[in-house]
Amino acid sequence: MVRNIDMELPAGSLTALLGINGIGKSTLLRTIAGLQLPLEGEVLVSGESVHSISATERARRIAVVLTGRPRTGMLDVETLVTLGRQPWTDRWGRIKNADHDAVEQALEQAGATHLRDRQVATCSDGEVQKVLIARALAQTTPVLLLDEPTAFLDLPNRAEIVRVLRSIAQAGNKAVFFSTHDLQLALDLSDRVVLMRSGEGLWQGTPREAMHSGELAKAFSGSGVSIDPLTGTHRFLP
Amino acid sequence: MRGRGWWLVGFAVFAMLMALLGLAVGSVNIPLKDVWHSLFRAENGTYDVIILHVRLPEIITAIAAGAGLAAAGLLMQTIFLNPLAGPGVLGLTGGAALGVALVLLAQPLWAMMPLPQDLLVTLAALSGAIAVLLLITFADRRVDDGITLLILGLMVGYLSAALVSVLQASSEARALKGFVLWGLGSFGGMELTRLPWLLVPVAIGLILALTLVKPLNAMLIGDDHARTMGVDVDRVRRRSIWISGLLAGTVTAFCGPIAFLGLAVPHVARAFVRSADHRLLMPATILLGAGLALVCDLIVRGAWTGAVLPLNAVTSLLGVPVVLWVLLSGRKWAKR
Repeated sequence: MVRNIDMELPAGSLTALLGINGIGKSTLLRTIAGLQLPLEGEVLVSGESVHSISATERARRIAVVLTGRPRTGMLDVETLVTLGRQPWTDRWGRIKNADHDAVEQALEQAGATHLRDRQVATCSDGEVQKVLIARALAQTTPVLLLDEPTAFLDLPNRAEIVRVLRSIAQAGNKAVFFSTHDLQLALDLSDRVVLMRSGEGLWQGTPREAMHSGELAKAFSGSGVSIDPLTGTHRFLP
Repeated sequence: MRGRGWWLVGFAVFAMLMALLGLAVGSVNIPLKDVWHSLFRAENGTYDVIILHVRLPEIITAIAAGAGLAAAGLLMQTIFLNPLAGPGVLGLTGGAALGVALVLLAQPLWAMMPLPQDLLVTLAALSGAIAVLLLITFADRRVDDGITLLILGLMVGYLSAALVSVLQASSEARALKGFVLWGLGSFGGMELTRLPWLLVPVAIGLILALTLVKPLNAMLIGDDHARTMGVDVDRVRRRSIWISGLLAGTVTAFCGPIAFLGLAVPHVARAFVRSADHRLLMPATILLGAGLALVCDLIVRGAWTGAVLPLNAVTSLLGVPVVLWVLLSGRKWAKR
């Protein structure tokens, strides 16, 4: 496992979390999200520990998109996205004008406006991912966490999702943090990368630094993959 | 929601019409004018006895039972994210029946208890229903697919049925007759004075169910997503279990085990309002549950067939096609 996790997620930047399967990427994300307690240490958001604030207060600061496609039954896209307003609405979940505006903006930012009247069950995997991102955006939090948002998607959809995340980070001045196995996408489109390396602590820096310092290659060493330190491209060794 | 709220008005009007029809139609058909007279005029009318002491309690029982079972069904379908969950399938009704059997069949045991029989029966049914629900919830955490959970529920149902048979075999004829009659299921035979024992717990259960609409919505996209939106998932699940146990248990105590209402009504409501939003779906399910239970009651009393039918046969005849439709339409929301 990985020890000495010390990292920062600056506002306005897209940060990718890279590492091999089973190293604890999901665990790290779930811990930051407050879904599970840290073994040690603490997670601060705007200076306060996520495990000491109330669940509602946490939901107003951190929005999360978990991996996989939820089973949604007879839920239309707009209703699902509106769920993101829950931390802000009263106990009956009444929707006011401000909530409508937030939903509208979230749909637009995620590129899901044209899906609003569709049943979620009829959407493709790429569309569902956008809808889930829109729901997280509707939560209007400074921090957005995503666990493998590009899993199960084809190449164009993967690129589009990461581009959406990038524009969200920049336009909304949010700290966006996502785990992925798409090395190339992460290196090309994110502002920062965080590498999880077994036996060592986290490494963080820009994609360029990750490539040139050889840290990226080290994180995946022994896995039968070679990573070019100049371009970050990877080749599979026979 | 946009305009879909009108469905609620529609379902309420439907339920009221069925209630009115239920008062007027039966072995003796009574003109609506006389129904009105018996209900709202002080002086005695010709049909007062039939209206006020036979049909009115039956109508009220049907409304409470239909609304209660339907709300319990919706709660269970959402917390287990399983479209085939319901009080009958998951064994709640069976557990409640076992509780009732323990009271009705092992009467000497309870005779010394200084409690009214209705309360005793209700408490026993409640305990049975909630015990089964706790068992099912415990199992739900360990099995990862909905079908296994349903089979587990069916097994619990068979087990309680077996225990009930054992009790029946060793009980005296008089107690047995009462229990068998109860087991057939019926909205009828309630005296006005007994109604509060049914109405108060059901009303409490329905009001509590309505207070959960917001977190239930969040749980539609999974426990973890709900948690990240600030929902205390475990508390909502626990409350839903107590509430559906209270509703299904109380109704079963008074009306006997009634098949399919709890399972089928939420699906019919969903098909009409075309939404899974509990702010709309919960009241819609409650109103439609009342209305459809009244329809079942009308059929039972031979309004259209001229013959008195067993309640469970009628609810099954109406409920099974709904369940088949849910299964065959391949909705993508069973656990995968």
